[in-house]
Amino acid sequence: MRIATSRVAETGPAAAGPVPIPPVAAPLIGIRDLSKTYRTKAGETPTLSSVSLDVRAGEFVAVVGPSGCGKSTLMKLVAGLIPATSGEISIEGRPVREPPDDVGIVFQSPVLLAWRSVLGNVMLPVDVRRLDRARYRERALQLLETAGLKGFETRYPWQLSGGMQQRAAICRALVHDPAILLMDEPFGALDAMTREHMNVELQRIHGATGKTILFITHSIPEAVFLADRVVVMSPRPGRIEAVYDVELPRPRDLEMMGERGFIALVKRIRGHFAAIGALD
Amino acid sequence: MRARAGRVSLRAMGDAAWLRPALLLVIIVALWALAVQIFNIPAYLIPRPLDVAEAMVDQWQTLLAEAVPTTLATLGGFALSVAVGIPLAMLIAGSRTVESYVYPLLVFSQSVPKVAIAPLLVVWFGFGMLPKVLTAFLLGVFPIVVSGVQGFKSVDPEMRDLVRSMRADWLQSFAYVNLPQALPSIFSGLKVSVTLAVVGAVVGEFVGANSGIGFVLQRSIGNFELPTMFAALVILALIGVILFWLIELVERIVVPWQASRRVDVAATA
Repeated sequence: MRIATSRVAETGPAAAGPVPIPPVAAPLIGIRDLSKTYRTKAGETPTLSSVSLDVRAGEFVAVVGPSGCGKSTLMKLVAGLIPATSGEISIEGRPVREPPDDVGIVFQSPVLLAWRSVLGNVMLPVDVRRLDRARYRERALQLLETAGLKGFETRYPWQLSGGMQQRAAICRALVHDPAILLMDEPFGALDAMTREHMNVELQRIHGATGKTILFITHSIPEAVFLADRVVVMSPRPGRIEAVYDVELPRPRDLEMMGERGFIALVKRIRGHFAAIGALD
Repeated sequence: MRARAGRVSLRAMGDAAWLRPALLLVIIVALWALAVQIFNIPAYLIPRPLDVAEAMVDQWQTLLAEAVPTTLATLGGFALSVAVGIPLAMLIAGSRTVESYVYPLLVFSQSVPKVAIAPLLVVWFGFGMLPKVLTAFLLGVFPIVVSGVQGFKSVDPEMRDLVRSMRADWLQSFAYVNLPQALPSIFSGLKVSVTLAVVGAVVGEFVGANSGIGFVLQRSIGNFELPTMFAALVILALIGVILFWLIELVERIVVPWQASRRVDVAATA
């Protein structure tokens, strides 16, 4: 219910916002001149420096960069978990001041609750947001089925492999049907084979649901395989170095990773990091 | 062949958790009896195990009756430790300011010997239950606070972010995440606490009581009734063991995921 009203209410402020010329399709996520400086006793650490990025509805944007380039900070800012030092983020035209309703988050570790069953974990956002349990239970079961976790609903997280745990975490992020999925290196802790499998899986979810996905990774092939656009970030303080459109046809399969277009793009993106000596 | 079969069955019996410590206990008691015999130790220094058993059988009604106030004082002090220790741990874990003020003082207070405070409590509160409960509390509260702080702080930062992204209020994040996350740690603190609470209750009885196992201990040592004194010690140990075991039982019911995690059943993707 709450989700529906928030979608209707947003159009006004976007038109009246500070952006002079409205783009063809208003961006779902708008990031303007975003900077973040962490202040600690040791001094100030500039982490993000004037980042601007628009993400359209339904778009899959991957952000790649060396460790410490502020990728995770960017995601926390979009998720409304930390305040920006300067600049602004808006979702559906509304500035983000607190965690928005229309967002689901997946972290590098599945962070499942050991005392809840797989279904219980997927239902956690429903319980916390006090949504209609009966209705969302159906949805949760359906999500688990499409994630290949049918029959594991009553199991506990420790009974699942790492890949299955992360799939349950993705189901949890999707259960309240958010328009936006934020993923912070979600497959970083998985082995290479499981990771490829999960990439195919995520692409299928993206295609089937039309979710807008902001995907943080340090794997360039993963970014190119999944994304419509790849955002390349420089080391600290993180700035946007380049943005690449990935014009490979969808659906993409793992075979495509051996094709010339794919390899060429990966190579070009890698060039950014080789030049600054920040990768490998 | 027969020897081998015997060894196997012995090992199978050794797998029962209670059997190994029981076996060790039998060995220790046997060595004790042997030492008294060989070194000719007089009975007013160390009684024979048999004398102790005899004292226990003869005076079991008195001992049991005196065990009641000691157990009550222990439970009272333990309950007070839980009631004070867990909220205090929540405050310390939740606020750096509270932690910086309270935690150092708490550690400092721990280095004050409780045995030295016990007579003071008698002066303040007179003979009876209250000073015993308070000494039990003073000994029992510290492990609960320490383990509680550790437990409440063990919440993964990503988990904290996740719950915050769902806009959980304080009560929700406490009930859904922080408390269950802290429970295994809290329970290990509770187990230490309850055995210390027994010690506290006995210390309280030493300095100002006319009932309880601590009182029996003091009286019997004054009258050189060593077998009675040893029998009282055994009762005291039994109180501690039973309470410890009860908490472990509750732990198994309340924190089943902790115990079940030890069983390694992992499915593959």
